[in-house]
Amino acid sequence: MTMLTKPPEPGLSARAPRKSPKRGKPSDGFRGIGDLKIALFFIAPAMIGLILFYLVPTIRGIYLSFTEYSILGDPEWIGARNYERIAKDPLFWNALGVTSEYVVINIVLQTALALGLAILMHRVAKSTLIRGALLMPYLMANVIAALLWFWMLDYQIGVINQIIEWTGLPRVAFFGSEQWAIPTQALINTWRHMGYTALLIFAGLQAIPNSVYEAASIDGSKAVSTFWRITLPLLRPVLVLVLVVTVIGSFQVFDTVAVTTAGGPVNATRVLQFYIYQRAFNEQDFGYGSALAVILFLILAIVAFLQMKFLRGNQSDLD
Amino acid sequence: MMNKKTLGAVAVAAAAVLALSACSGGSSGGSSGGDASKGEISYWLWDANQLPAYQQCATDFTKANPDITVKITQTGWDDYWSKLTNGMASGTAPDVFTDHLSKYPDFLKTKQLVALDDSIAQDSVDLSQYNEGLADLWVGQDGKRYGLPKDWDTVALFYNQKMATDAGITPEQMGSLTWNPQDGGTYEKAIARLTVDKNGKRGDEAGFDKNNVAVYGLGLPGSDAENAGQTQWSYLSATTGWTTTDKNPWGTHFNYDDKKLQDTIDWWASLAVKGYMPKLETTVGANAADSFGAGKAAINSNGSWMIGQYTGYKGIDVGIAPTPQGPEGKRASMFNGLADSVWAGTKKKDAAIKWVEYLGSTACQDVVASKAVVFPAITTSSEKAADAFKAKNVDVSAFTQHVKDKTTFMLPITDNASKVAGIMKPAVDAVVAGKSPASSLTAANEQVNALFAK
Repeated sequence: MTMLTKPPEPGLSARAPRKSPKRGKPSDGFRGIGDLKIALFFIAPAMIGLILFYLVPTIRGIYLSFTEYSILGDPEWIGARNYERIAKDPLFWNALGVTSEYVVINIVLQTALALGLAILMHRVAKSTLIRGALLMPYLMANVIAALLWFWMLDYQIGVINQIIEWTGLPRVAFFGSEQWAIPTQALINTWRHMGYTALLIFAGLQAIPNSVYEAASIDGSKAVSTFWRITLPLLRPVLVLVLVVTVIGSFQVFDTVAVTTAGGPVNATRVLQFYIYQRAFNEQDFGYGSALAVILFLILAIVAFLQMKFLRGNQSDLD
Repeated sequence: MMNKKTLGAVAVAAAAVLALSACSGGSSGGSSGGDASKGEISYWLWDANQLPAYQQCATDFTKANPDITVKITQTGWDDYWSKLTNGMASGTAPDVFTDHLSKYPDFLKTKQLVALDDSIAQDSVDLSQYNEGLADLWVGQDGKRYGLPKDWDTVALFYNQKMATDAGITPEQMGSLTWNPQDGGTYEKAIARLTVDKNGKRGDEAGFDKNNVAVYGLGLPGSDAENAGQTQWSYLSATTGWTTTDKNPWGTHFNYDDKKLQDTIDWWASLAVKGYMPKLETTVGANAADSFGAGKAAINSNGSWMIGQYTGYKGIDVGIAPTPQGPEGKRASMFNGLADSVWAGTKKKDAAIKWVEYLGSTACQDVVASKAVVFPAITTSSEKAADAFKAKNVDVSAFTQHVKDKTTFMLPITDNASKVAGIMKPAVDAVVAGKSPASSLTAANEQVNALFAK
């Protein structure tokens, strides 16, 4: 993030009078207003998009969470009743638990595998073809990937269960059994996303200057301790960014569930996003759905904040 | 319920829709904006198998009323209702659409439907021409009529005749099965006999390996609780005298806490434990009808709209037996009827009502009958449909018998249908999966009844 905002600075400071430490002061008024107009002009498209597609829907969503609203008819203000009902709703707590299970399995595996892949890309697999191939699953639409695995892992006709049977083991109800349904979906999405995550980490690896490694090897550091003492600490800002982004994405798992188990068996895969969808779009209870969505929003905001704060994601150890 | 997702049928339907829109594109050039009795009206349905019949009706209708054209759109059951609701919210819903008993109460509550009483009186539509009870299903709590019946369906047992013969079960025996929730009667005996394990041992023989079953006696598509057990257990629970709600239509109290229902579900779930029916967890993703077609199950209970699919499996000789007789010696089948409704937001109200009346007339329903896909609502037309099925060598008496013997009961019509489904599906799933006892349905029932307590 810091790298993105840095480049414009030299230009600005070159234009601003050297002696005045503050820019845009009255002495510079004429040019300041001109800049403001041009700036507004350039910011406008993004601002309009932000207001129309983010700000207004967010505010309306928060408003709707205090109403009873089926999409036909007008919202009716009911105060905090939706939130009171959510606190007592066993399906909400179930959804929270199920979603957390998904996030933990998905993130731990995905990050570990992606880190490994990134290091392999950095050190071993220099061919563009292999690096590109790692990204292949990510190029597939989520729904397609989910359905392909759904068929391959099917209890009756799935090729993987066929293979399992050949080895003499009993078939596994990957999507049908309550204990397997969430891990299965977490693994599918790990498979789909790890290449992309690896690419992000790989970019971080390339930003670590070679001189640090040279210094380390001169001091006699072995590969393993170089990894733990040099690579990982210097990679921290990138890892934090990756974690924040993937955790948010992981919490929002929906399409895989929607096209395979649709919340079942029983409530084993009724993750938060699917539960929101069910309440809002299937059961026409948009007020309750909005309240659930606001809670998910708050959870994500807190998780992201904690990650940034405690992992010091906005500082680098390179300086 | 009527969600058939045969890829071929969808492809045919897509082609038909394309052809249709091409046709209407040419003829709707002069769609006069303000006149509510002229121009192009849109019509939606979900069953691809019925599209050709209704396309024929639309063509005939335009011939008789040259200033009205009908544009038909077919959308699969899974997306149909959300598309419709979104269309109503955004003002783009069709003028006329195929309506379902479990869905229309929600549309009534939000005033999305046009009452047809005045037009029906004016055009003197004969409501007694429909099979008994069908027309009145569409009368709302306000006493007004919101749809004209188009077809009906009942439930029967599709079974693999070769497997039955191999098991020594005659068609007569299949046609006179009995059932009770304690030992399952001759129905359970037949299911057990038809179950075969990997070593060729039958379910009622010593040494039967219930963990390695090759052919299940009874197929399982799911707990079916989202549809009030329409095709999977309501034909059993209803023979015990159990009813879903305190009254129908417009019940406000559900009876899932009743022992009669819970015993029925317990018995049903026990089949999976005994190895006579697949475990619920193995059925996620698989299509029960296709498993039947692949010879992995001997009996499937299903609705009359599935006749075409079951009789269409190559190399499978399908018999259709009536549902078993219950403890009191009577059969039972849920009776569901579809209708066509007019959307309140239509700009072509007069033309739309005219089309609905045409759909509800013998002119159109005889066309539907001749295609042998469903039973039309008009009594004479549904007899013609039975003949059309016979001409295709399909004996549908197992379905029509219920209507003749008056052993049908109505699909429960209530408010909050989708919320009830949202609560009951996981609850019954848990019982069928063997995770919870049937007595756990009492708690779910309390949740359901709380929806109506407001």
